[in-house]
Amino acid sequence: MATDSELIPPIGATPPPPGPPPRGPAWLHQNIFTAAIGAVAGYAFGHWVGNMIASGYPNINGASGQNDIAICLGLGIGVFGWLLGAGALNYPLAKIVGREPAPEAPESNWTRYLRFSTDHKVVGIQYFFAVFVFLFTAGLLAMAIRTELLSPTTHIFGPGTYIEIVGEHGTMMMMMASSLVVGPLGNFLVPLMIGSRRTAFPRIEASSFWLFSGGYLVIVTALPLGGFPTGWTGYAPLQTQAAGGMDSYLVGFAVIGTGMVLAGFNLIATIIHYRAPGLSWSRLPVFVWSILATSALLTLATPTLICAGLFGILDRTAQTAFYVTERGGSSFLWENLFWFFGHPEVYIMALPGFGIVSEILPVFTRRPLFAYRVAAAGMFGVALLSFFVWQHHLFQSGINPDMRPLFMLTTELISIPTGFIYLVTLGTLYKAKIHFDVPMLFALGMLFNFLIGGVTGVFLSDVPVDVTVHGSFFVMAHFHYTIMGGLVFAFFAAIYYWMPKLTGRTLDMRLGRIHFWCMFVFFNMTFFPLFIVGILGMPRRVFEYAHNLQGLNDFSSISAYLLGASFLIFVANFIWTIIIEPRRAAANPWNSLGLEWQTPTPVPYYNFERIPVILSDPYHYSEPEALPVADLAPRPSAGAATVGVGRGSADETDPRPPMA
Amino acid sequence: MSDGATTHQAGSGGTPPAGGPGGEPRHFRRIFTVWISISVVADLLFWFLVGPHIPPGRMTSAAGGAQFDFNVLFVIALPVIIGVWTYMAYALSTWRKSRVPGLPLSGDRARGHFGVQTAWMAITSTVVIGLFVFGTVELIVPAGAGGGEGPNPIWTPTSKTILPIQVIAQQWKFTYRYPTFGGFETSQLILPDNTTIAFHVTSLDVIHDFWAYQLGIKADANPQQDNVAFTTTDQVGSFTVRCDELCGLWHGAMYNYGKVVTKSAFESWATRTRAQLAANTKNLPPFAWTYDPSANGAGGGYYPSNVDHFSKVETYGAQRAKV
Repeated sequence: MATDSELIPPIGATPPPPGPPPRGPAWLHQNIFTAAIGAVAGYAFGHWVGNMIASGYPNINGASGQNDIAICLGLGIGVFGWLLGAGALNYPLAKIVGREPAPEAPESNWTRYLRFSTDHKVVGIQYFFAVFVFLFTAGLLAMAIRTELLSPTTHIFGPGTYIEIVGEHGTMMMMMASSLVVGPLGNFLVPLMIGSRRTAFPRIEASSFWLFSGGYLVIVTALPLGGFPTGWTGYAPLQTQAAGGMDSYLVGFAVIGTGMVLAGFNLIATIIHYRAPGLSWSRLPVFVWSILATSALLTLATPTLICAGLFGILDRTAQTAFYVTERGGSSFLWENLFWFFGHPEVYIMALPGFGIVSEILPVFTRRPLFAYRVAAAGMFGVALLSFFVWQHHLFQSGINPDMRPLFMLTTELISIPTGFIYLVTLGTLYKAKIHFDVPMLFALGMLFNFLIGGVTGVFLSDVPVDVTVHGSFFVMAHFHYTIMGGLVFAFFAAIYYWMPKLTGRTLDMRLGRIHFWCMFVFFNMTFFPLFIVGILGMPRRVFEYAHNLQGLNDFSSISAYLLGASFLIFVANFIWTIIIEPRRAAANPWNSLGLEWQTPTPVPYYNFERIPVILSDPYHYSEPEALPVADLAPRPSAGAATVGVGRGSADETDPRPPMA
Repeated sequence: MSDGATTHQAGSGGTPPAGGPGGEPRHFRRIFTVWISISVVADLLFWFLVGPHIPPGRMTSAAGGAQFDFNVLFVIALPVIIGVWTYMAYALSTWRKSRVPGLPLSGDRARGHFGVQTAWMAITSTVVIGLFVFGTVELIVPAGAGGGEGPNPIWTPTSKTILPIQVIAQQWKFTYRYPTFGGFETSQLILPDNTTIAFHVTSLDVIHDFWAYQLGIKADANPQQDNVAFTTTDQVGSFTVRCDELCGLWHGAMYNYGKVVTKSAFESWATRTRAQLAANTKNLPPFAWTYDPSANGAGGGYYPSNVDHFSKVETYGAQRAKV
């Protein structure tokens, strides 16, 4: 049995040398290329099976003339092939056939980033590249949208291509944003911040990444399959009549959603059970609090989407009628199931931003986080309330009318815990010693943007005002202010802040400043006019609009190109200073007290030579008399050297005197 | 809502870094002064200069209500935004690294402040509850504020009579049936002035959304569902109708225009159109609140056969089942 203690060597043992290279021809080594072969083979096999099942039943083929059974099976088995090819299933398969799985040896070669790896730091970096692939694919589609909207009547794309682009942009961005922070930073940083050597379920953590990347491939197949006309919300019964790209949407969300559940589940277990001794809940870094709240949402909300998608797949293949009104289903069912997931999803994309900003501010203001408990309470208040607000997306849909005041109340209540974050951040600025480094600029930019996004959200929650602004560009601008202005700005703050820890290298800060100012100015120039466009009556997702709105739309489009170009500054900066001409970073360039900065860089395979004993919270700036954040080399008590990681070691190294 | 912090006087939050000989300046008094003066000016400018031009205008009671509510929310939102920005601008300029003397690393030590935190929570909660009460009153009193209320509206208009108009959405077109004028169906939407109107919105295929922009009306068109929205017209003029729920290929082109005309002009238009379309009407499916797109039986549109042009308000609400 490869137990935990075999996978992770005992405390104090020197890490084993990198394992021998795998035997056999190179193409047999499992990596991303064998995964791709598996995906293609799986798709072909699934498609063939689907055609066999459906042969002789011409009515199976939907309005599009495509065999949805073949497409769905192809995509599903394709993802299975992707996991199989990557080696994600080696362990359970070996167990099933009764063989002993080979333990994973630490690799120092860069090719480990192309393999199935259970090292949370490798998974974090894999996620990091994957979210950028997502971000740039969907960002290009955003450029296409703004190009089409340059003119109200002259078209670059046909209407079909246009809604395909809109749907693909929205869906990919949502998929990306739900893992944007939890994937790269949650996996990489949380174990370091809580003094753990690993996450609770390393194979689940690794599988969540391979599902995430597989989901990317699935949603990309929507383009050759004819796209989907529903936007990211996938409303039925339009969903039921759509072409084969709709299958990619439904299967893609199921795959990504499974990855989200697994990632959240793993992080919850890690944060609850793998905290180092002394890391009480009141000392937990606020970023970890935000990841815990986000993970709870990921785990609890996403299954609804997976089930709703399954119903949609059955409607399209097995001719069931979950969403088909004239056959006894209901179009309201999808709307409710989707938004029951969809609104917690919105906070999945907001909470990590709060966490990053609250984590970074004390470092650059050199003072403790103001009202730490309020920050944690705010995040959990938002997370809890987010399950009770979904029908505010349906105020005009014809739902039971007396539900609307209730959902107006819950939606407006959620601005109270959201306001806590502003209390915390503004309080932290009070009498601070503010350093305007690049991460701080992005954090302040997030506070500026999210304020506009949050306040306009209150307009949307008010039913009479929502009658005008619902479904208009006002909503569109609102959620871009919260997701892009909030989460993506916070994400970049985190990138500039933690890059020395992630890679041991540092980004160029002068280019970082240019990047920030371009992104901040052009972001606001792109999206602020769209509030006005929305109030002036332009619905979302249209390719034709009133002539009098052309000026504002053109202004927004040109700003959007510049906004897109500002990302290239970051890419150039990253490629030059991290890859081509690496700049070695100081071990703790920001003089941060955070535990993650107390480990060596690059972080050793086992993170901590000994499990640290946490002595104080990481925010005691300006308190010279405070204890250091952790004792990194606690004196091993008798027997501790043979104890594994996590909880088992907690009792052995507990600094408290034994109970009498 | 940084005004909550006004209860916090300088120096009470911890040991200030070595202040000047004159002691610590009264930060919150300064911030409060700037905040209140900018907020008052901005609110007054908005309310009197911008507010009257905020869409959707005042063509109907619903539109006027939406405009009023938007302006009230804006007048509340402006001081919040200005408050946070003022505080941030003050903080960033006053407490930047180069200006703060004292220890090389440290800022203020306060980890919290009971008064500030309590005041913040009290003020945000009060504002939020106030907004909820305001929004609910503004939703219930004008009978749904122009939003779709589903098949069984519980808040009905106060006027004695109502003109029912059915909006039928399909990919990618709106048509309108006038049940009290023999049920003719047309792509023209003509409304009488000074009249309470009930839009019965339904769909033949996928979900659409009937957005009569200047009327302040928005109601989803769901297949097999009758979604009712009320408003009272106040001014004559033309308005835009757009589909506001993504409904497929030509969603972006699914719009047309309607008109509010005087009551007498409406009566004559409706009577004339009814006569013109009589032959067509006979071939339409019988009037119903919803339609099954697979039903193709023709039966004319005479529903209800013997009502006035303006049906009684009792047709709605609890009395709905009798129709």
